[in-house]
Amino acid sequence: MAAPGFERVPISEQEASVRAKNFDEVCLGYTEEEAVLEASRCLNCKNPRCVQGCPVNIDIPGFIMALKEQNFKGAYDKISESSALPAVCGRVCPQETQCEALCIRGVKGDAVSIGKLERYTADRAREEGIKPHTDCAPNGHKIAVIGSGPAGLTCAGDLARLGYDVTIFEALHEAGGVLTYGIPEFRLPKDTVVAAEIENVKALGVKIETNVVIGKSVTIDELMEDEGFEAVFIGSGAGLPMFMKIPGENAKGVFSANEYLTRNNLMKAFREDSDTPIFRPAKVAVVGGGNVAMDAARTALRLGAEVTIVYRRSEAELPARVEEVHHAKEEGIKFELLTNPVEILEDDDHNVRAMKCIRMELGEPDASGRRRPVPVEGSEFELETNAVIMALGTSPNPLIASTTEGLDTNKWKCIVASEENGQTSKEGVFAGGDAVTGAATVILAMGAGKAAAKGIDEYIKSKN
Amino acid sequence: MYLIKKKRVLHDSIFLMDIVAPRVAKYCQPGQFVIVRIDEMGERVPLTVCDYNREEGTVTIVVQTIGASTLRMKELNEGEYLHDFVGPLGQPSELITDDIEEVKKKKILFVAGGLGTAPVYPQVKWLHEHGIDADVIVGAKNKDLVILEEEMKAVAGNLYITTDDGSYVRKGLVTEVIADLVEKEGKKYDLCVSIGPMIMMKFCTLTTKKYNIPTIVSMNPIMVDGTGMCGACRLTVGDEVKFACIDGPEFDGFKVNFDEAMERMKLYRTEEGRAMLKLKEGDTHHGGCGHCDGGDK
Ligand SMILES: Cc1cc2nc3c(=O)[nH]c(=O)nc-3n(C[C@H](O)[C@H](O)[C@H](O)COP(=O)(O)OP(=O)(O)OC[C@H]3O[C@@H](n4cnc5c(N)ncnc54)[C@H](O)[C@@H]3O)c2cc1C
Ligand code: SF4
Ligand code: FES
Repeated sequence: MAAPGFERVPISEQEASVRAKNFDEVCLGYTEEEAVLEASRCLNCKNPRCVQGCPVNIDIPGFIMALKEQNFKGAYDKISESSALPAVCGRVCPQETQCEALCIRGVKGDAVSIGKLERYTADRAREEGIKPHTDCAPNGHKIAVIGSGPAGLTCAGDLARLGYDVTIFEALHEAGGVLTYGIPEFRLPKDTVVAAEIENVKALGVKIETNVVIGKSVTIDELMEDEGFEAVFIGSGAGLPMFMKIPGENAKGVFSANEYLTRNNLMKAFREDSDTPIFRPAKVAVVGGGNVAMDAARTALRLGAEVTIVYRRSEAELPARVEEVHHAKEEGIKFELLTNPVEILEDDDHNVRAMKCIRMELGEPDASGRRRPVPVEGSEFELETNAVIMALGTSPNPLIASTTEGLDTNKWKCIVASEENGQTSKEGVFAGGDAVTGAATVILAMGAGKAAAKGIDEYIKSKN
Repeated sequence: MYLIKKKRVLHDSIFLMDIVAPRVAKYCQPGQFVIVRIDEMGERVPLTVCDYNREEGTVTIVVQTIGASTLRMKELNEGEYLHDFVGPLGQPSELITDDIEEVKKKKILFVAGGLGTAPVYPQVKWLHEHGIDADVIVGAKNKDLVILEEEMKAVAGNLYITTDDGSYVRKGLVTEVIADLVEKEGKKYDLCVSIGPMIMMKFCTLTTKKYNIPTIVSMNPIMVDGTGMCGACRLTVGDEVKFACIDGPEFDGFKVNFDEAMERMKLYRTEEGRAMLKLKEGDTHHGGCGHCDGGDK
């Protein structure tokens, strides 16, 4: 293999035409030789800029140097100091806007492929049975964590390492949050990657009680008063789907991306042996431009549909990761950009027949700094489709806030919590992740879980 | 894993189970539901709470075999386990949360269709325990499909049974019984609670509207998570879109758009759908699922 240069070592992927028909992982990962070669491109900077871009401050040059020396356990231990879910992050984090965006190598040539190296390290550790350290002396304090997504898992893992007796309460029948019900198998394999990293958190002594909906099965106040939990972390995510409120939205064949993805990922509807049905029409339109839209579109494609993504701004504004947009295009997904649905049209049996759309153009920048899309008058047209998947974003479920005395939320129903330590308006109650920020990213949720674990530790110590 | 403490077969296709689920048993109220998953590949099946025993930590469910998951569930026996059991979900019946003195002033009529008898039972029982005797109409396809008759008799004021084929008590639809009670027997009701297949609830509300009896219905659309996360269960109520799992399952029957709700239930029942999905189920907690003819029409 050539000596390391300005370009990163390419990574192998399943070929587009093949992967469009299966749910196996798209990216195949580096081989040992490739990983070591890519690692050798890292300059081991004295003031590593990449680390500043990492929300959980992984010692990036530290783990990459160990990798370069083929010290795989050493590399894994370095990452584990800061992250409980490296195999997940190596796959789904937007490194291109975080660590890799700041990497000095990127000034001239490609940034070091930090994400792919993280993935290699975590996968290698799993294959070789290397586990994170689990030596933590119990301190006897009970902490409850609500939600088993990245925020909850990280907070629970960090607290367990500090000796706390942690129980996670999860509403669904399986742990993992969006990692389990939202992000598809072809991007994030469930049984191998996600389940294994959850097992690692459990190995620290964290208990996970599934099928408990906080606010319904039991409230936070009851957990604290009756069940002896001294502090609570809320990592309940932003699970409430949004719809467009346009005519025809309740026709047969209109779904939220949450429903569609949950059927396929959590309930495994793509498998022959699953009892859960999923609608598999010939044509599917997906509305939205984020990761969720890409995931829904690529799932529909794999279930046999011809898929069009409809997004109201232009390609430059697509909020999805560049890699996902690129993969979607390669697989044959069509994009109708600068286009917005105005009505869903039904046939006589109330099945979706088409979606009436209008063309848009970009006007003045709005509050978010992005140019606001405005409709082009008279440009309506019909897009023929049998199903519409709405991937417009999600907001936090008000259930917990409405059943917890004294827990403040803002006008977007997000729980108000300190960025520094997760403290909410209620004593002993901390929060972080999508429940606080609204839909964001895995790594930001993990960062918030970490900060809250520290905040909870300080809180408990201050009381005892 | 959740222990099946008791199982009772009510009919070829209907069975009752007492499940050990202390967290659910501690808080559940009449009107609420649970979601059950039989095994790793099972669907999440919503089932209305039929009874509960807070001391023993058990919750009673009544299940009709309507698809792959419930067919497998029927094969389970006492001492075996359900994989998942989550709840209580949805809002309790308003009768339970309203001021009891106000409720006591009302003359209440329950109309149960087929498997809808199961969710009606805990409400009538709760009222009975609070000194209120409500009249109950139970409609079923035939004699064999009349369930929980003895239990209901013990807690109802008057119990009126009717069957589609006349094989038990009387022949006719529940709406005919309502009309007879109001018109022939001169009964006056201040509130009606109707639970059963959607088509029955629709016609029930058309009848009660005629007599100006405000009517509550319990909606059983397709559901996935039951916590407000997916929107599969959305309904049009008045001019608003509501999620049955968090806003309901009970709604003002005069405002529910039944036609839309019934159409939406058919999604996984199209011809291709059927072939493709074989015996898979798309819903439901008390009959009218769209796969079976679930009780009364
Ligand atoms: C389809 C999809 C694709 C995505 N792709 C990416 C990506 O590529 N990269 C990226 O960085 N981010 C991505 N995201 C965003 C990312 O997944 C989230 O930002 C992240 O998972 C948030 O973590 P969290 O722990 O705050 O919440 P979640 O992961 O949402 O977990 C919350 C958990 O809490 C549980 N819960 C909720 N309410 C209760 C209650 N009352 N009682 C008990 N439990 C409760 C929920 O069931 C859930 O399991 C994606 C999101 C989606 C939906
Ligand atoms: S900035 Fe780039 S080259 Fe420098 S340490 Fe980080 S990954 Fe290595
Ligand atoms: S069942 Fe998913 S939102 Fe109601």
